[in-house]
Amino acid sequence: MSLFLEQLLNGLQFGVMLFLLAAGLTLIFGIMGVINLAHGSIYMIGAYAGAYVAAQTGSFFLGVPAALVAAALVGAAMEFLVVRRLYKRDHLDQVLATFALILIFNQVVTLLFGRQPLFVSMPSLLDGAVELLPGLTYPIYRLAIILVGLLVALGLYLLINRTRIGMLVRAGSTNREMVRALGVNVGMLYTIVFGLGALLAGLAGVMAGPILAVQVGMGEQILITTFVVVVIGGVGSIRGAFVASLLLGVVDTMLRAYLPSMLRHVMIGSDADALGAGISSMGIYLLMAVVLLIRPKGLFAPNS
Amino acid sequence: MYRKTFLALAVSVAAALPAFAQEPVKIGLITTLSGPGGYIGQDIRDAFKLAVDMEGGKLGGAPVDLMVEDDALKPGQGKQIAERMLTNDGVKLFTGIVFSNVAGATVPDIVDAGAFYISPNAAPSNMAGKGCNENYFVVSWQNDSLHESAGQLASNLGYKSAFVLAPNYQAGKDAITGFKRYFKGKIVGELYTSLDQTDFSAEMAQIRAANPEVVFQFHPGGLGISFLRQYEQAGLLKTVPMVLAEPSLDAVTLKSIGEAAIGLNVSSHWNSDFDNPANKKFMEAWTKAYNRMPTYYASQAYDAALEIASALKATNGSLADADAFRAALRKADFQSVRGKFSFGPNQHPVQDWYALKVEKGEDGKPVLKTVGEVFKDHGDAYADQCKM
Repeated sequence: MSLFLEQLLNGLQFGVMLFLLAAGLTLIFGIMGVINLAHGSIYMIGAYAGAYVAAQTGSFFLGVPAALVAAALVGAAMEFLVVRRLYKRDHLDQVLATFALILIFNQVVTLLFGRQPLFVSMPSLLDGAVELLPGLTYPIYRLAIILVGLLVALGLYLLINRTRIGMLVRAGSTNREMVRALGVNVGMLYTIVFGLGALLAGLAGVMAGPILAVQVGMGEQILITTFVVVVIGGVGSIRGAFVASLLLGVVDTMLRAYLPSMLRHVMIGSDADALGAGISSMGIYLLMAVVLLIRPKGLFAPNS
Repeated sequence: MYRKTFLALAVSVAAALPAFAQEPVKIGLITTLSGPGGYIGQDIRDAFKLAVDMEGGKLGGAPVDLMVEDDALKPGQGKQIAERMLTNDGVKLFTGIVFSNVAGATVPDIVDAGAFYISPNAAPSNMAGKGCNENYFVVSWQNDSLHESAGQLASNLGYKSAFVLAPNYQAGKDAITGFKRYFKGKIVGELYTSLDQTDFSAEMAQIRAANPEVVFQFHPGGLGISFLRQYEQAGLLKTVPMVLAEPSLDAVTLKSIGEAAIGLNVSSHWNSDFDNPANKKFMEAWTKAYNRMPTYYASQAYDAALEIASALKATNGSLADADAFRAALRKADFQSVRGKFSFGPNQHPVQDWYALKVEKGEDGKPVLKTVGEVFKDHGDAYADQCKM
């Protein structure tokens, strides 16, 4: 039982990380209609900025604001210099331009930091594990990630549902043209949304630093999964992104944890392991296919 | 006046020592210099160059012309470079390839053209057994030996049950097969991860539930860094020890993992602290030239250069007589930085394997220390199938 709970926490933690990335992506896609492949690069920039400042100052907690600022600045600059020119173009142009940005960011980071992965030490305050229940110990850092993720989700909920900007975002994701016709400064709104999305990606990046390898190309590894979250949740819906990321995180973790041993009951060990590993890496895509069959626009599409 | 004297001098020197007025030996070094594995190719190139520089631009007394090219970890690109060097530049001696898939595409072309290939790293099983070739020499190890030695090390350390993990691709499966070949205990869990996986928490929970005596995992590069750090953070490092093969923990990954690596067991054929004159000379020259810790890849490339030098010395720097050059290569008449070294019947190494442990160094940073022996005169499982 405690193993099951632990896997549930693992799934939750993975889901929360996905949510931080997916929230920005779904807003950008839903409100501006831009497919931003370079979202993963912002995540990488957040991770590198956080790792660099943490290494220079010796404090992980100084790395966090540095990562947020760097990610938001790069995001806003990206919107201002490149993405702004893509709103009226079709999706192919957007994919090409943002893919080019991935290559440029990767090369720049290689030139600045080299090919060897960076080391981020665990903040001593969050180091170690804590016993939640008898027999269930869990790393404090991962609990902190879950907590931060849930707080961000709550904050976004309040921002979207209780503030003027949130109202514009909601209106924008439902009907862009009407918002513009009503005299709202859409350009300003776009830059704010893009910067906010980048900020969240940077937060995910810096939090990933102590558990993953901070290296060139780390954003592309997680980008596909993030897109799956956006599609399942419904493009433009923060609520959808939240539900879908947690769902995906838990499903992915549970499949990896339990499928091989379940298959062992019906076939021999090595086949079960190979098949289990294969199916569990497909699991989230199967889930996406099923969701799209039932609800073609995703679980919480705003204009459905 | 001066010019005349110089000319006369040059003529007389050339006349007196005809053997030294020879064409430089061209050596094609094809390696991986870009991408996440780029640091490996960099060490191989730098170590080979170091050996040449230490002899003043020569190997075994013969001047060499080293041609370095980047294969970018693309088998097709490696093959193209080899073809170009063979036909346009007339290169007859090659080395440098890091990855087995590049070697698999490139080396057959080289040896079929009658040229020599001296491997400083990759040695896939299909080229060690039935696919062996008289012009193909391996100075590093046969791939399986890396993981066989880890299996033996786990047995030597007295572990009775093991949990094994590797990515779900050919090299990952080979690693687990190699480990199992020499591990005498029970395998209580076998998991295949995905090559693009970043989060291993589900695997950590399963390891804890299975409660093995030891964990063996093969995750090269960035994957291994993530895996080890999450292993430590899950609190497993204190309860379940780990045995690794050298590709999962070289000097570069050790630096990125930091203190989490302390206490890990690694099997290896070379370590920077080996106490023999050849290694001391190498370490001193390397540190002076590059001022960083060499990886084991660097030691292999340096040995490859010494092996080539020994054969060039025996043939007076000539590749014209291929049979004579081959016979000289087979003797392996050089002082390897790993100590004892000889070739088996398939021209792959027969060598000793050692147990290393990660300990805190003098400056507080983790370093690999040699603590014991794993195998003596270990060859490979494929030598019998090789007919030359």
